[in-house]
Amino acid sequence: MNKTLSIDGQEIPFEDGQTIMQAATAAKVYIPHLCHHPEFTPHGSCKLCTVKVNGRNCSACTFPAAEGQEVLNNTTDINEDRKKITQMLFVEGNHFCPSCEKTGNCQLQAVAYHLNMLDNHFPLFYPQRAMDASHPEVLIDHNRCIFCTLCVRASQEQDGKNVFALSGRGINKHLIVNTPSGKLKDSALVADDRAAHICPTGAILIKRTGYTIPIGQRIYDHHDISDVSLTTAEAQHDH
Amino acid sequence: MYEHLETAENAAQLKRVVIDPVSRVEGHGKVTLLLDENNKVQQARLHIVEFRGFERFIQGRPYWELPVLVQRLCGICPVSHHLAAAKAIDQLVGVDPENLPVSADKLRRLLHFGQVMQSHALHFFHLSSPDLLFGFESEQSKRSIIAVLAAFPDIGVQGVKLRKYGQEVIRMVSGKRIHGSGAIAGGINKALTRAERDYLLQDIEQMIAWAQGAVVLIQKVHCSNLPYYDEFAGLRSNYLSLTKSNGALELYHGGIRVKNAEGDTLLDNIDYCQYNQYIHEEVRSWTYMKFPYLLSLGKENGWYRVGPLARVNICDYIDTPLAEAARVEFKAHSQEALVHSTLAFHWARLIEVLHCAESIERLLHDPAILGGELVTKGEKRYEGIGVIEAPRGTLFHHYQVDENDIVTKANLIVSTTSNNMAMNESVRQVAAEYLSGQELTEPLLNNIEVAIRAYDPCLSCATHAVGKMPLQLELVNAQGDLVAKLLKHDTGEFEHAHG
Ligand code: SF4
Ligand code: FES
Repeated sequence: MNKTLSIDGQEIPFEDGQTIMQAATAAKVYIPHLCHHPEFTPHGSCKLCTVKVNGRNCSACTFPAAEGQEVLNNTTDINEDRKKITQMLFVEGNHFCPSCEKTGNCQLQAVAYHLNMLDNHFPLFYPQRAMDASHPEVLIDHNRCIFCTLCVRASQEQDGKNVFALSGRGINKHLIVNTPSGKLKDSALVADDRAAHICPTGAILIKRTGYTIPIGQRIYDHHDISDVSLTTAEAQHDH
Repeated sequence: MYEHLETAENAAQLKRVVIDPVSRVEGHGKVTLLLDENNKVQQARLHIVEFRGFERFIQGRPYWELPVLVQRLCGICPVSHHLAAAKAIDQLVGVDPENLPVSADKLRRLLHFGQVMQSHALHFFHLSSPDLLFGFESEQSKRSIIAVLAAFPDIGVQGVKLRKYGQEVIRMVSGKRIHGSGAIAGGINKALTRAERDYLLQDIEQMIAWAQGAVVLIQKVHCSNLPYYDEFAGLRSNYLSLTKSNGALELYHGGIRVKNAEGDTLLDNIDYCQYNQYIHEEVRSWTYMKFPYLLSLGKENGWYRVGPLARVNICDYIDTPLAEAARVEFKAHSQEALVHSTLAFHWARLIEVLHCAESIERLLHDPAILGGELVTKGEKRYEGIGVIEAPRGTLFHHYQVDENDIVTKANLIVSTTSNNMAMNESVRQVAAEYLSGQELTEPLLNNIEVAIRAYDPCLSCATHAVGKMPLQLELVNAQGDLVAKLLKHDTGEFEHAHG
């Protein structure tokens, strides 16, 4: 007999060892997420995937699926909380969609649209963050980093390198490059690395490719992130 | 000339009148007049009170962002900034204008014609036609596009549709009506589909016909109000614009030409990459806007006008037949001499709308816009200069980048800046001739705004707010006390207040 749990009243099968996120994705149920990626060890940091499991808030990307769980996902209250979280992500960095080259292909922006976020709500922090353009092919614009650690994980788990890390805590948390100079040009990163293509926002970019995809042909121009997320084989959809 | 009105000697003892902000122009400007006891104007200045510091904002960004970033300079002619920046970054990837793929060149031109058409149509029909059709001192309530629509429904509707058509051209080429993408370093990111081309073709003949009608209308308005229209706020000046190498009117790419007030050619076919050998900018303490001038003539005499009047005046011909016929009549009006009338800006502007419509039609029939090579690339360079004829005049973008592709230096000369000296001179002239010695009333003050508006200044990149801009006039006596206040609310209502 298949084991099942329910999400918003819908019976969903799962296998032992799966997280709620994995079970949901397999059953074509979208749970908003940013730091989750099916190919990498879950990190559970962005909290966008928060669901209620038997009345308790849990991160779907890390919480193991279990027989008989009653999961609430797509409810007004939960989506309101997710919207607030997204707004916080926006004000904490410098995310100026209109001129950003990732616009239309950005998961942060797409999630904001999905959650019907119409303004920032919170005052902008305008943090002072630098840009690292030292690498000939790859650029980091720290203004747009949301500390999802996908680049950290991709570099370690797939590229077999250790280019990135997070440093500092709380509001001082930031992404660093693991080299004595701290500069990307001194790292082992090459443009073909998975880590160079995994960023859900416009923080890590391949140089000189901005705006080459016309408006109308970008990932989220005609599709909501919930569809893209479930129809893309990888369930993640950068390049 | 009225230079003596730039700075009054006894400014502290004079009565101060402030027009703040100047309405129906783009952005935020303010005029101050200083009057003596007899209401004689002693000083008149147009100040720019908003400063965006865009040049510094751009520094530190990667160069490929520029065409999109700089669009934010202006809500009305973003495409001009987009294209000027694109031309500059073409050079950063080693592509000179002659090496740009033919399709990319034509698509950019199409985009630009759409922009000039929509900006000119907006300016003429929405912002200026109320003054021109009802008179400069007409009742304030009449001076809006709404009143134009009521009294001259055909003209109003044609204006709205001409503008809309220009916006549709922009949308088809760049993906959005404003702030699209489109031009990228070395080319453009998409061609037109057949469906998009056919959609635009549907209405183009109508647009040409309406543009032709608009030229007839403005010519009639101009010529039935002589000599007033020739003289109002008029000044003899130098003119600068790009032209094609054969002297034809050119909006997208050409060499710099300058003629003096007598019509002598001072510069011709100058490579715009050398612009800073010919043009310098002066800073004055009372305004954020700089004053560019021609080095060879010096600060005093080297100022010049740009924009439609300059372009139509100094080109040898226009390469589309209907606009050329209109230009010939325009020049006949001045017996072939240069037309110095400031209000003739409107006439020239509408000739350009006609030229844009004809050019759009020509390009829509050109198969190159449907595909072919769109982007190319050469050797990396560290400096790029892009110059274009924006709706309001010659627009210069100049960038330097480092080895990491980051912008280290930016210099922009926006069109309105080049007209700064002329606008101030026109304000002083109107202040002296029409206002001096009279009791100040709102319609009289509108004369000043009419003079400024003829230049279609884009005073900043502030968002556009037709008819919504609150206007405040303050009369301050010689002791500095507020004696009267005239307020225009954003509803358009007037309120008189006494100090
Ligand atoms: S750079 Fe991108 S992938 Fe890396 S932590 Fe920041 S947001 Fe995540
Ligand atoms: S997706 Fe689960 S915490 Fe980020």
